[in-house]
Amino acid sequence: MTPTLIVFWAFAGLAMGSALLCITRRNPVSSALWLVVTLFALAGLFVLLDAQFIAVLQVLVYAGAIMVLFLFVIMLLNIGRATRSDIKGAWGLGVGVLLAGLMMVQLLALRFGAPPQQLTLPPGAMARAAAEQGMVAAVARPLFSTYLVPFEITSILLLAALVGAVVLAKRKL
Amino acid sequence: MLLAPALSVSAVLFTFGVAGVLLRRNAIVIFMCVELMLNAVNLTFVALAQQLGVAGQIFVFFVMAVAAAEAAVGLAILLAIFRHRQTLNLQNINLLKG
Amino acid sequence: MPALPLSMIWVVPALPLLGFLVNGTLALARPGAKRAVSIVGVGTLVLAFAAAALAVAEFGAQHATAPLVFRYWDWIPAGELQVPFALQLDQLSAVMILIVTGVGALIHVFSVGYMHDDPGYARYFAYLNLFVFFMLILVLGASFPVMFVGWEGVGLCSYLLIGFWFNEKINADAGKKAFIVNRIGDFGFLVAMFLIFWRVGSLDFATVFAKAPAAFAPAGALITAITLFLFLGCTGKSAQIPLYTWLPDAMQGPTPVSALIHAATMVTAGVYLVARCGVLFALSPIGSATVAGVGALTALFAATIALKQWDIKRVLAYSTVSQLGYMFVGVGTGAYAAGIFHLATHAFFKALLFLGSGSVIHAMHRAYHATHSHEDAQDMRNMGGLARYLPWTFSLMWIATLAIAGIPPFAGFFSKDEILGAAFAEATVRPAWYVFWALGLAAALLTAFYMTRLMLYTFHGPNRTGEREREHLHEAPWSMTGPLVVLGALTVAGGALNVPPLFGGGALLERWLEPVTGVASRLSPLVEVPHATEWALVVGAVLVAMLGIAGALRLLRPETLVPARLAPPESGFGRILWKKWYVDELYDALFVRPIMWLSREVLWKIVDVRIVDGLLVDGTAVVTRALGWIGSRLQTGEVGVYVVGFVVGVLAVLVAALR
Repeated sequence: MTPTLIVFWAFAGLAMGSALLCITRRNPVSSALWLVVTLFALAGLFVLLDAQFIAVLQVLVYAGAIMVLFLFVIMLLNIGRATRSDIKGAWGLGVGVLLAGLMMVQLLALRFGAPPQQLTLPPGAMARAAAEQGMVAAVARPLFSTYLVPFEITSILLLAALVGAVVLAKRKL
Repeated sequence: MLLAPALSVSAVLFTFGVAGVLLRRNAIVIFMCVELMLNAVNLTFVALAQQLGVAGQIFVFFVMAVAAAEAAVGLAILLAIFRHRQTLNLQNINLLKG
Repeated sequence: MPALPLSMIWVVPALPLLGFLVNGTLALARPGAKRAVSIVGVGTLVLAFAAAALAVAEFGAQHATAPLVFRYWDWIPAGELQVPFALQLDQLSAVMILIVTGVGALIHVFSVGYMHDDPGYARYFAYLNLFVFFMLILVLGASFPVMFVGWEGVGLCSYLLIGFWFNEKINADAGKKAFIVNRIGDFGFLVAMFLIFWRVGSLDFATVFAKAPAAFAPAGALITAITLFLFLGCTGKSAQIPLYTWLPDAMQGPTPVSALIHAATMVTAGVYLVARCGVLFALSPIGSATVAGVGALTALFAATIALKQWDIKRVLAYSTVSQLGYMFVGVGTGAYAAGIFHLATHAFFKALLFLGSGSVIHAMHRAYHATHSHEDAQDMRNMGGLARYLPWTFSLMWIATLAIAGIPPFAGFFSKDEILGAAFAEATVRPAWYVFWALGLAAALLTAFYMTRLMLYTFHGPNRTGEREREHLHEAPWSMTGPLVVLGALTVAGGALNVPPLFGGGALLERWLEPVTGVASRLSPLVEVPHATEWALVVGAVLVAMLGIAGALRLLRPETLVPARLAPPESGFGRILWKKWYVDELYDALFVRPIMWLSREVLWKIVDVRIVDGLLVDGTAVVTRALGWIGSRLQTGEVGVYVVGFVVGVLAVLVAALR
């Protein structure tokens, strides 16, 4: 059990635990906050996986912006109090647990099953790239060369989302 | 060597997200569970990127951007619905019933 | 005369087709243009006869031993089944086209006078031209399918012409009966064609007849089946037992139609078919025996019915059925030339008889029309002593009567005698033929008897038409009497076509037909009998004929007859004969009623209403609505339900991924 692995499982355990709590809380604010914890834990995992830049992005964008937006909306709608159980009734519960369970089984089966033939994994590609040009450059260089078109399109997408959000949320058009 | 455990964690988180979507009635909480699912997928990409190259991380970048856009628009829609029907309980929002 | 290439033989059927198109258009556009219709209708036939005569002369000059086949275009190119539209000119089809166009032209001329006052004049000539076209296709066809086109076409025209005055139900019914009964025969023809193609791989006459001796085991089951099915077609088209019942009813049509279609040409198609397929019949003793046997039986059977019929056309109709039986005895025995010879002579004297009766009926109609009477113009009990008023018709019909009875030197004597002689000869090797010969001889006796009866009641004795009508009875115009004279001449001289060596003749027709009939004759040779036997047979036949005539003259008393409306109903055995041995009633009970019951109770009420309408049509609607109802239940409008659907789908995809 190497130290890396211990740290990994610590963060992973934190992530899974807080995710479980997130989906079971009655208070939406509590759910949101537990999700934030999950995101932080995931950021830690990213660091361990040689994705430092992505980890920082996760904290800044996901936890810092998106979740804040969620909390704003919850507060705006004034639903930030614990309601009577929000979870569905017996039938829904049964179906949901069954399906989720099936999915977990299938996914783990996929994960523990034999990998497809073509997928031979050369070790440590990311680490090498980072060693060569530094972490940020390793991500940024492809982003502005090979993946330039999706990058630009994403900016248009954000513009559309911006306009859409403003229009949809107005009281009067 | 972290790939295998990371994929397991990702599977579990994804399943939690699905369970949340299936079991909860509050629209915003369901939305949060969707975000959880997206994050689980991000974890998968990053784990594989560690071995296979930077394309995985690029993809995570884009997922985050799209998730942000989606969250903004989605929440705006939820706002509009709440203003109309004063409830976020999905079982009551069934005007498409045919 | 310039010699046109024989490949232009298509002109011969094309001319009546042109006549049909022009007259048909006139019938639709300008029905009153009688002059134009007459010129086109008759003209095309006369030209067709001229063309046919030229073609046959040219053909004869070439002394060809193989048939000339002219392919015009690929009709059915379907893999192994290659059927070109091809016409074949050989000795047999040459004889047939001369008869069809020649007698046809004469009857067209007759029709000008007979149908003159009919409002459907143009339509009549259109149909008549179309009939001649199809008949020519039938006899000129170079393969079974082309012949079948003609076969079906003449059936269609027969239906159209029998039901020409379709506004009266009885005429329309007669047309339907003819067509439907013929259809049964056509089924036989089709099955035979399928079997032939199955074994030989081709349907061209030349190919089939060349390969037949090798392809079929002699006297085997397949060739017997083929010949029997072909003969079924013949019994339909040529009105033999069991499918003859349509012919007497066909007399509802105009009399020239009866003369052309139901005496001279269409009904002989079956005889032509057997002669054409002689090779096939020669390979199957059972097949040819069936042909001869059914022919002989029909000859006698129909003759018995003719004894007691009062309608003049009915007598002639049954006479036709009977004489066709003779022709089948001829071709069934293998004496193809004799059968075709009788076909030709019968065309002459039967057409003469029918047209003569048409002349009589025409006069009777006129008379009744003038006095506004509603008596039956065709019933012999209303006639009598017409010799005074219609002298030409009288004498010419007596010539035809002597011919049909078989009195020398008229045409019928030679042809009928050859057939009976051939049958007797065959009987020396196949004893069954003694029965056929005896039946034929008995039929000859009855033929002489009933024909004399017809003449007696119609032309001799006192006149029963009525006082006021009598002054309106007179001979037909020359347009009608002219063709009668020509036919009379042919009846007298026609015997010269095939005078047998017995009388010192050259057997012209037999020698002419030898290239066609030779193959079959070699497979199944005709039997020769000593000259003494032949002479005995001839004398015997003539004696029988004279006995029939004398018997009728002695036994029948025309002066005891009363007009039809006063006549007492038939009784006893005579009633059975008058009622045609109740065959129509038997068919009605055995076939018609059960089929109508089946159609109404089962096919309509159950299959059509319940299964097709109810189950298939309404059922489809019900199922569709049910499926739609199920679909509508999925539209709950609740997102939660939709998400469950998503997840189930994803699980299914994952299952596929796990394999």
